[in-house]
Amino acid sequence: MFVRHATAAAAATLTIIVDGREVQVPAGVSVAAALLGAGAVVLGAAPVSGRPRGPWCLMGTCFGCLVEIDGVPDERACAVTVRDAMRIVLTPAAAAPAPACDPWGPGA
Amino acid sequence: MRAAIAARRHGADVLVLDERAAPGGQIWRDVETPAFGDARTLGDDYAHGASLVAEFRSCGAQYRPGTLVWDVSRDRVLRIAGDPGAHSVEATRIVVASGAIERPFPVPGWTLPGVVAAGGAQALLKSAALVPAGPVVLAGTGALLLLLAWQYLRLGVPLAAVLETTPRGSAWRSAARLPGALAAGGYVVKGLRMLHAIRSAGVMHLRGVQALRALGERRLERVEYRAQGRDAAIDAQLLLLHQGVVPDVNLTMALGCAHDWDAGQLCLRPRTDAWGNTDIEGVALAGDGAGIAGAACAGLAGELSGLEAAHRLGRIGRAERDRLAAAPRAALARSLRVRPFLEALHRPRDDDRVPRGDDVIVCRCEEVRAGTVRAEIARGAADPNAIKSRTRCGMGPCQGRYCGLTVTEMIAAARGMAQDAVGYFRIRPPIKPIPLADLLALDRGEAPPEVALPGTRAQAPVQR
Repeated sequence: MFVRHATAAAAATLTIIVDGREVQVPAGVSVAAALLGAGAVVLGAAPVSGRPRGPWCLMGTCFGCLVEIDGVPDERACAVTVRDAMRIVLTPAAAAPAPACDPWGPGA
Repeated sequence: MRAAIAARRHGADVLVLDERAAPGGQIWRDVETPAFGDARTLGDDYAHGASLVAEFRSCGAQYRPGTLVWDVSRDRVLRIAGDPGAHSVEATRIVVASGAIERPFPVPGWTLPGVVAAGGAQALLKSAALVPAGPVVLAGTGALLLLLAWQYLRLGVPLAAVLETTPRGSAWRSAARLPGALAAGGYVVKGLRMLHAIRSAGVMHLRGVQALRALGERRLERVEYRAQGRDAAIDAQLLLLHQGVVPDVNLTMALGCAHDWDAGQLCLRPRTDAWGNTDIEGVALAGDGAGIAGAACAGLAGELSGLEAAHRLGRIGRAERDRLAAAPRAALARSLRVRPFLEALHRPRDDDRVPRGDDVIVCRCEEVRAGTVRAEIARGAADPNAIKSRTRCGMGPCQGRYCGLTVTEMIAAARGMAQDAVGYFRIRPPIKPIPLADLLALDRGEAPPEVALPGTRAQAPVQR
């Protein structure tokens, strides 16, 4: 969906763990930006229907980018900056009736 | 920032509480640490924010980033979260600059992964140098949409289409307001330059687009629309929607400020006087949070509210305040002259604000559809709070930011009422979710607030 532009300023690389999988991301960006830049499309399930949900406002006001960060649920991914070894969970443990979300989208 | 700088210039003690991690708000987001290395990559308007931020940093105001103000009481006690040292601050004078948010854009499929607010995509651009990875459709209306298209084209990002919902010919219909726009300086030229860039790049650019819908199974796959009398579709995995920004009124609503419906801006805005004062003693507003006028006007309004604060705090007399305010006030009046033109040119369509289809999601958080809302209106619900309690619309974490205007307008349209008469959701603190620990700490008086900051009175711990 999104990719870091070739002329982006050089940045250190961190490792975050997303649903148990190690992902290299640039330092200094939000969790949402890191996930999107790494190819994520779906960040979780909408709480009522369980349908796949992705970010909307990316400025901390819509609460559509909620993920679990270091054990704390329902953090706005767009409002938290990545840290080395940060553990992120996208897929809620108890999904509602809808099919499980594949955060990386089809063909990833 | 301008309010702080102006107040500091006259010796006021100023504390700035910023929810974000660095100054700049949304317009100049991350301008101190530009994601492209050179802020000018995203245009001069963005790059110029750096000097303002630098001036703010050195003006002597205390700056607390990462601090959420989740409530303000009428006696000017601010409840804050995210600051390890304090849970509340009492102030003699408050200037609220809560800014603007995207207008809701309730079209079918707008909650699909892959449908993102254009402002959000621009935030990703500024903060992380992220650009679309594949074919992207920009749809809606507004200067931000065109600016983003221009920024992407400069970076070599291919655009699948720009679908403007602005009715064709609206530029001509807005022509009566053009003299004002030209007098405001720069806006029309900038707009034309962006349009030229889009044209030169050969991007498909349609106006008068209707019936936008986003389709896909678990993510966006296709965008359908109607233009020039024909139905069409574009395969895309990213759709950036935008139809203007509106004031984020949740804090001013929780405070109990009066709000009025602005017919030109098609939104609610808090009532202020020429200095930004609200109807609550000691509380003023500046910037887009008080009504949409753009970055230049926000800074000028900030300066005026800073001068007013200095005056009310006894730092400068009335005559001095008025003398210093003359230039910014004149500049503000001049810049405001473009608004009627822009508001007419980029007026969001009725059908894009009040969805016709029953399946369209109105409340993203609670996934309440338009048909459900309409059914309750038909059953007699005549105000947004009745809709809220019957359908849960507006009860989610965004607290009505992305459905409130839709609900108000749906009731107004269905009942033939004025939006002012319909009203808005009742907004209560906390204006954003906060951890329970923050509430408990407040009650127990834990982590006693640090020694009173000059010009504020630290809240005394509750004795039990």
